[in-house]
Amino acid sequence: METQLNQLKDEALAKIEAASNTKELNEVRVAYLGKKGPITDLLKGMGKLPAEERPKMGALVNVIRETVTTQLEERMAHLEEQAINEQLAKEAIDVTLPGRPVRTGNHHPLTRVVEEIEDFFISMGYEIAEGPEVEKDYYNFEALNLPKGHPARDMQDSFYISEEILLRTHTSPVQARTMEAKDGAAIKIICPGKVYRRDSDDATHSHQFTQIEGLVVGENIRMSDLKGTLSLFAKKMFGADREIRLRPSFFPFTEPSVEMDISCFKCGGDGCNVCKKTGWIEILGAGMVHPNVLEMAGYDSSAVTGFAFGMGPERIAMLKYGVEDIRHFYTNDVRFISQFHRTEA
Amino acid sequence: MLVSTKWLGDYVNIKNIAVEELAEKITRAGIEVDAIIDRSHGMTNVVVGYVKECVKHPEADKLSICQVDVGEETTQIICGAPNVAEGQKVIVARPGAVLPGNFKIKKAKLRGEESNGMICSLQELAIEGKLVPKAYAEGIYVLPDSAIPGEDALPLLGLDDQVLEFDLTPNRSDALSMLGVAYEVGAILSQGIVLPEVSYTESAERAEDVLKLRVDAIEDNPMYVAKVVKNVKVAESPLWLQNYLMAAGVRPHNNVVDITNFVLMEYGQPLHAFDYDRLETEEIVVRRAEEGEKITTLDEAERTLKGHNLVITNGQEPVAVAGVMGGLNSEVHDGTTTVVIESAYFAPASVRQTSKELGLRSDASTRFEKGVDPERVAQAAERAAQLMAELAGGEVLAGSVVIDELDKTPARITVSPDTINNRLGMKISLEDMLSILDRLQIPTEAVSGKLVIDAPTRRQDLRIEEDIIEEIARLYGYDEIPMTLPVGESTPGGLTPYQAKRRTVRAFLEGAGLYQALTYSLTSKEHAQQYALETAPVTELLMPMSEERSVLRQSLIPHLLEAATYNVARRIESVALYETGSVFLGLEEDGLPKEVEHVAAVLTGKWVDHAWQGESKKVDFFVMKGIVEGMMDSIGQLDGLSFEQAVVEGMHPGRTAKILLNGEEIGLIGQIHPTEQKKRDLKETYIMEINLQKVLQTEVDEVLYTQVPRFPSMSRDIALVVASETSAGTLQAIIRNAGGKLLKDVRLFDLYEGANVEEGKKSLAFSLTYFDPERTLTDEEVVKAHDKVLKALTDEAGAVLRG
Ligand SMILES: [Zn+2]
Repeated sequence: METQLNQLKDEALAKIEAASNTKELNEVRVAYLGKKGPITDLLKGMGKLPAEERPKMGALVNVIRETVTTQLEERMAHLEEQAINEQLAKEAIDVTLPGRPVRTGNHHPLTRVVEEIEDFFISMGYEIAEGPEVEKDYYNFEALNLPKGHPARDMQDSFYISEEILLRTHTSPVQARTMEAKDGAAIKIICPGKVYRRDSDDATHSHQFTQIEGLVVGENIRMSDLKGTLSLFAKKMFGADREIRLRPSFFPFTEPSVEMDISCFKCGGDGCNVCKKTGWIEILGAGMVHPNVLEMAGYDSSAVTGFAFGMGPERIAMLKYGVEDIRHFYTNDVRFISQFHRTEA
Repeated sequence: MLVSTKWLGDYVNIKNIAVEELAEKITRAGIEVDAIIDRSHGMTNVVVGYVKECVKHPEADKLSICQVDVGEETTQIICGAPNVAEGQKVIVARPGAVLPGNFKIKKAKLRGEESNGMICSLQELAIEGKLVPKAYAEGIYVLPDSAIPGEDALPLLGLDDQVLEFDLTPNRSDALSMLGVAYEVGAILSQGIVLPEVSYTESAERAEDVLKLRVDAIEDNPMYVAKVVKNVKVAESPLWLQNYLMAAGVRPHNNVVDITNFVLMEYGQPLHAFDYDRLETEEIVVRRAEEGEKITTLDEAERTLKGHNLVITNGQEPVAVAGVMGGLNSEVHDGTTTVVIESAYFAPASVRQTSKELGLRSDASTRFEKGVDPERVAQAAERAAQLMAELAGGEVLAGSVVIDELDKTPARITVSPDTINNRLGMKISLEDMLSILDRLQIPTEAVSGKLVIDAPTRRQDLRIEEDIIEEIARLYGYDEIPMTLPVGESTPGGLTPYQAKRRTVRAFLEGAGLYQALTYSLTSKEHAQQYALETAPVTELLMPMSEERSVLRQSLIPHLLEAATYNVARRIESVALYETGSVFLGLEEDGLPKEVEHVAAVLTGKWVDHAWQGESKKVDFFVMKGIVEGMMDSIGQLDGLSFEQAVVEGMHPGRTAKILLNGEEIGLIGQIHPTEQKKRDLKETYIMEINLQKVLQTEVDEVLYTQVPRFPSMSRDIALVVASETSAGTLQAIIRNAGGKLLKDVRLFDLYEGANVEEGKKSLAFSLTYFDPERTLTDEEVVKAHDKVLKALTDEAGAVLRG
């Protein structure tokens, strides 16, 4: 019987080893360990054995059963793992295939520049003032110390709607309107917006363009405050190591008037094609608000002073991003606009 | 303004400063130097030659063979100029010379004849053709006899000179004269200046005795000075004078005209020279023109004058348009012997108007327009008389004929040093301030701690204390101003709710895949009102530059479509653009149009395009509608939003809707009409435009958290068959209305038309969600509510339930 048992064991182990998948292995389990299997049969036949042989044979049967069971489980675990691996191998993908694009658009580059400027001045406590694009001659010129007949307000240079109404030529009328509305109170504003001049469109001119101006009015506002404010602005907008310089200039609505240059952000001041070899780039015009402008808006120019500045986002964008033709901003070529989607910080 | 440094050196010592440094200092002090022009252009080996012999080239009609004495030798040069002749002193570029434009002179053979260099025209030395004296415009330049063969021709021609090109701001008209520039440069360099010394011998005869003067329009001509010079010999000017004029950008003519131009440039005072004999009447009368009166000006054009134009007459007919241009009838010519020098003050506004009306701008009119220095009117006349005596052999009659009611009082400005320092945020001492004003030669006294200033008449720009602050600051140096920030009450700053929501809208649309476009506000009449949500009278320009940009738009759509076409034409077939901007509805009562901010978008091509995955989807109405709904949701306006089928010109009749917010029309959405699409070379294209201003001004509830549901909700699905024309929106409204408080959500999840559904009918399926935040609903409650919904659908929409 012992020989029979060992033979059975070898036979079962051989079949376990031969099973190539879980299904076959299960068949082996049922065949040898099942209720109708040979081992069960042997156990059932134990009664026929002499009593003194029973414990020995019983132990042997159990050992065989355990051995077969262990082998079977090990084999099962192995086959299961193999099955999973085969499945995973089938699921493999080419990770170098392109990803599914996430559709996004982005700001127009001019909006990007304008918002960057807005956000800087908001952080400095400024509000954003807006006004109409079609303006009264009074707010566009007269209230800004440009009386009728002043050479700087040639009909040829502005789009007039009637004698008294025109498309604003700068965003300064918003300043005039704000001053009038504030009724003598202090002001800290930024005025962005579209403006219009009677120019033929070419690489450097556009009949429609954008402007952003600032105005601070209050007691004891000094030219040094203007310089300090503009210096911070230049560093924020063009890099922490930017220096500024002021050059005397002329605007009818400010006195003194200056133009501000920043040290060239491309060459750092050594001279390159961006700064035309001068090391400096002209960025904006500014000055102390002309007393006539304050008086016309109802301020007492002996008690209150102010500064104002203005710049062109087109020019800043052209310098910052190296855009060579102003018309790009208005043709709305997706290949142009889509280049301004990522952050720079 | 072109400033020859050679000429400037006559008045102020600039020998010890490099021209680049001088230009930088001038710029930093307030007058921008645009360019430094080196008139020598690096030329060498250009000398004086003497044409000893000149014969025709045997092989070429137009060439001459010249034997030219160039100092060290006599050499043969072939010359093609028609005016070359024996006995001339000429400019010779010798072999090895490099002329402007990198033109290298070499020995050559021309038609078999040796040529050792080139006889030059002024143009070949980089002098603009329009500046070359007419006599030499078509050929070589002929030097005066005094030139010595072999001597360097550049200094002789004044080409060893650097010219500063000024970009003058309108306030600095004082620098429209060499003397004005000298004052400025003197102040910058802390140097005195040398004014021209004017002295000459007067003849016994008095000007008053030969010329009468009357001014009938004193407010436009408050000062007129006339001098008479007899026995003038009209000839070519000396070389130095011609050189100065060409350096200043003025063409030399003859000595009399050149002198008036020289004094114009030197003093900034325009002068005119009349031929006394051609005046015929021994009289000058300044008056306004008669309406329609005619004059032929020096440029040989006949001009018709208006009643307000100021003219100089001989008492009978105009002989000059005051301050603008002289008349041909009284022009100085080769035979002129007696000259009347006119120096006057003409009112800026009058000259500006006349020069604009006649389309004539000249060196004279630009100076009159800005207001000349009252003190120099008489001085300039004297200077011209002196030069006519010196350079044209004239005899200056004694005295001048003068009418003078011009106010020459200097403007008095009083300013305290504290005001100056407070305004600048600086601490400049009184001594430094006085020293700066002294350098500028602005007469100043310190009276009881204040600066009392008499602004010189040459500085018309100095009128108020701020002007003095600027003078002191610019010469003290803007670099010296410290950097501070405004002190005083701090303000929070920030965006208004409107501005913040506008940014939200932009961010949403960009997140949804649309690029921001920026198009023009001006458009053509044809497109001004196309697709407009609201039309009003169109706002039109008085003087448009083109029909395309002649009126203000009332819709953003046409330009967005243009942008779409632009991109599609460049093979970018999928375009998604949006824009926020104003439309202009006019005219309101105050004359300004109503400006309303709109948002608009255009979609064409594919919306989804994942090529290798085989996923591709064209844009359609519902893509655009989803964008509108999402956008409105982002600013809290989804609840009141609805869409109503509409027919709009230029739009697809079956795929267009009005957008309503709380029942009020706010926008348009849909497909462009196929005919319009074709016109614009577009495929299926969808647009939307919304009155953004109205939406952003509609009040929004604050964001308040509602509890995350603690009780389960129950869903019921309904499948319906209705008439094809019954809209999903109608059914949805019926469901919502009938569902009562417990119905939380209705969602369409199937739409079918075709086989298995009766002709003229369609099948829709909705999923309804019932929910009570306070408790779990019972089946009976849901059945009750749901039955109501079913009944309403049957009663109100004739819906038949399926399945
Ligand atoms: Zn640079």
